[in-house]
Amino acid sequence: MPEELLLDVRHLRTEFSQGKKSSVVAVNDVTFQIRKGEILGLVGESGCGKSVTALSIMQLLKDTPGKITNGEVCLEGKNLLECSKEEMRKIRGENVAMIFQEPMSSLNPAMRIDAQLVEAIRLHTGKTRREAEEHALKMLGLVGIPDPARVSRNYPHQLSGGMSQRVMIAMAMSCDPHLLIADEPTTALDVTIQAQILDLMRKIQREIHTGILLITHDLGVVAEMCSRVIVMYAGRIVEEAPVELLFSSPMHPYTKGLIASVPKLGSGVKSLPSIPGSVPDLSMMPPGCKFAPRCRYAQERCRKEEPPLLELAGGRKCRCVLAEDDKEATAQ
Amino acid sequence: MPERNETARAPEHEAEGPVVQAQSKTKAFFKKFLQRKTAVASAVFLLLLLIVAVVGPGMAPYDPAAPDYENLLTGPSAAHLLGTDEYGRDVLSRLMAGTQLTLGVSLSSVIIGAAIGTVLGVLAGYYGGILETLVMRGSDVLFAFPDILLAIAIVAMIGPGIINVVIAVAVFTIPSFARIMRSATLSVKESLYVEVARSIGCKNGRILSRYVFPGTVQSMIVNFTMRVGTAILAAASLSFLGFGANVSEPDWGAMLTSGRNYIGVASHLVYFPGLLIFLTVLAFNLLGDGLRDTLDPKIK
Amino acid sequence: MNPLVQVKNVSKTFPAGQKLFGEKSVVHAVNRISFEIMPGETFSIVGESGCGKSTTARLVNHLLTPDSGEIWFDGKEISSMSENEMRPLRKDMQMIFQDPNGSLNPRMRVEDSVAEPLLVHTNLSAGERLKRARELLEIVGLSAKHARRYPHEFSGGQRQRIGIARALTVRPKLIIADEPVSSLDVSIQAQVLNLMQRLQDEFQLTYLFISHDLSVVEMISDRIAVMYLGCIVETAPKAELYGNPRHPYTKALLSAVPVPDPKAKKERVILQGDIPSAIHLPEGCLFHTRCPLCTDVCRRQHPEPRDLGSGHIVACHHI
Repeated sequence: MPEELLLDVRHLRTEFSQGKKSSVVAVNDVTFQIRKGEILGLVGESGCGKSVTALSIMQLLKDTPGKITNGEVCLEGKNLLECSKEEMRKIRGENVAMIFQEPMSSLNPAMRIDAQLVEAIRLHTGKTRREAEEHALKMLGLVGIPDPARVSRNYPHQLSGGMSQRVMIAMAMSCDPHLLIADEPTTALDVTIQAQILDLMRKIQREIHTGILLITHDLGVVAEMCSRVIVMYAGRIVEEAPVELLFSSPMHPYTKGLIASVPKLGSGVKSLPSIPGSVPDLSMMPPGCKFAPRCRYAQERCRKEEPPLLELAGGRKCRCVLAEDDKEATAQ
Repeated sequence: MPERNETARAPEHEAEGPVVQAQSKTKAFFKKFLQRKTAVASAVFLLLLLIVAVVGPGMAPYDPAAPDYENLLTGPSAAHLLGTDEYGRDVLSRLMAGTQLTLGVSLSSVIIGAAIGTVLGVLAGYYGGILETLVMRGSDVLFAFPDILLAIAIVAMIGPGIINVVIAVAVFTIPSFARIMRSATLSVKESLYVEVARSIGCKNGRILSRYVFPGTVQSMIVNFTMRVGTAILAAASLSFLGFGANVSEPDWGAMLTSGRNYIGVASHLVYFPGLLIFLTVLAFNLLGDGLRDTLDPKIK
Repeated sequence: MNPLVQVKNVSKTFPAGQKLFGEKSVVHAVNRISFEIMPGETFSIVGESGCGKSTTARLVNHLLTPDSGEIWFDGKEISSMSENEMRPLRKDMQMIFQDPNGSLNPRMRVEDSVAEPLLVHTNLSAGERLKRARELLEIVGLSAKHARRYPHEFSGGQRQRIGIARALTVRPKLIIADEPVSSLDVSIQAQVLNLMQRLQDEFQLTYLFISHDLSVVEMISDRIAVMYLGCIVETAPKAELYGNPRHPYTKALLSAVPVPDPKAKKERVILQGDIPSAIHLPEGCLFHTRCPLCTDVCRRQHPEPRDLGSGHIVACHHI
């Protein structure tokens, strides 16, 4: 029996206004699902819309010129886009929590760690102060902070990057959310600390059965952590696949190019094939397939019409005419 | 012989051209600036004043020095839009003539103060050490005095007169520029591209002129517009107190001084010059605000 | 062949803020490091944040002067030189920086930025300088048509290419690259690395390459030094370092790198704890607080670098 559905995002569309008249589409028709206990990877380079997707799910676009203009985001059956601010505030923390790239700037620099944790816990649960403090220490222990009682009396700037990120994870997990959204959680950390944090996240997934949406640009992290992967480009999903299939037989030319251009430890190559050109500005997108200008397989029809996201065998999806041709060929 | 694959050969413009639409910096600047209504209104007002200053008394309806003993102290009327003064001279004409004097005094004093203060501040910020200490402590001393008191003290020392007013106002303008330009220099000095210039081997002179100073100009411009307002007030005050222009010259502050005597019977002699001073200083301040916002890349 | 760069027992400290009473504390950024770079090779220094690799780059480039030790470049000892003495040598030693956005003067046109080293080091006329600058922009893959634009009109990868073009204008012997691709997207990273390798062949360059990314370093280096808390813990030719790492930190570092292959099974060495502060260095071996092999001698005595043959040097008590 498949695990129950945790997050169901359908046709999400987020636009950012640029001045009074125009707007750019940062997230365009994004659809995906996360099940309980699953780690879904969201991969893409800068400007692809992965962070905006996370902020849209969390409804944290208030301070930005961004607005969700279409779609549904159902968390455990409830459509978040229809929730009031009060309901959303309750949901954030209890049902879904988010951790960010820069732990130092996500924690309140003027409050001690224990105070911040206790505040977060009391906001979402009915615990008394004493109970909340105990729970906070327990969470800090869970995330591997040595001597929690002493460490928690520090201010955020007194902790290292790795410790701050652990504190963030503790805070996120303190109210037992079912879904954790991690936006580049280890990008700003050293590689040995990254290994620790990733280990911790796997532990959380195993023991508490939390579903995780892991957003990253690092394919190595994806390969290690995720069971399924979504690749985004220019605000659209261009490929979705189980992780082994994504790496062994990528279908979309962007995915292929991306995987090929990552230096792999121990491979012994001296140079890498690279994707020519660069991502165009969101306001200057070409018609047709957005990747066509950089794609070595591009055909005339690619430049005219944007291909739809096709569903293929084995739980795979791909937004490319080549996949279309493949599908037709195998169907015959 | 190591194998070289296709992409290692010189790819024809593989990186192509700029990804952002080319927009000249000046155009972007004006577009942003024109969105700020108060700043634009101020700019227009000041532009008008500038035109009046340049064209001078030629545009005035009456000769500003010509007395009219038939019409002493008359209020605003069709013939004299802003009334006449104690000698029957047309107030409007005098104000228009005075524009040249007032703007001239304030602008020149701020320019002199800005030039000296900027040089001191930039050098202090860049070289640090004794120079910095001297300049900063010197500024502290000057700052300790209220502007007007300092100006009065200077004028008392060197005597009254327009030139000396310019000098006095320039002197108390120097510390504010020294301070601001020093901190602007300090922050630009830490930029990576300045370190890059050093690593290339550029000499200090070149680094200062091409790398450091251009990054501080923004602070200077904004401070400049703010200080002109202060300078106008200071020059007007000095004239009001009798240190500046000759009372018979059409200087706004001087007009306030003499008008003071007739405030009971002819209050327009105080209001109009006062209003004009107020509006001009306000315009400069609003312009300064608008410029600062426009030049700040973080404010939309 | 003589080495192009020789660093001998160099140390560097920085003041770390002052307490009201008591001694001034210092950050021990670099602690008695030594290495050599031969002409034509790519020598990389790899390590995590705070290990001192960026400081080392700036020491070699004479943007900082060492507290002790010697730095030899092209047969001359440069650590005690004044800026005026150093200036002519800078022609042969140029640097590429990590942040492509910050390293270009936002108020200078791209062609002027690229031509700047020519202004400083040659007597070419303005026209000739700009011509050379445009040629170099083409060589690094940008169109000279856009030479008169400003940096903010280009993407990060393109700005990094502009930085590379600038470094090349005076045909230096050594290019010091401080994390040149770390802030670029993965696909752009590959472009720039390919470019750097191609240029090395064409222009006979020697690279001192600083990075935290072991996969990138493996691809382009000939020899590598691993730094931890200001010390070089291991130096080796590439195949040796990646195939047969001897220092426990190197092993942990290599095993911590996530590999983009879901099927790869990893023998993971997960280090405990955080990197200690560089103000209060641990006694003895700097790595002993996190080392799985730590014993008594490690706590007391700092290990001296030992040559294991074929250019493989390790500083550890347990080999």
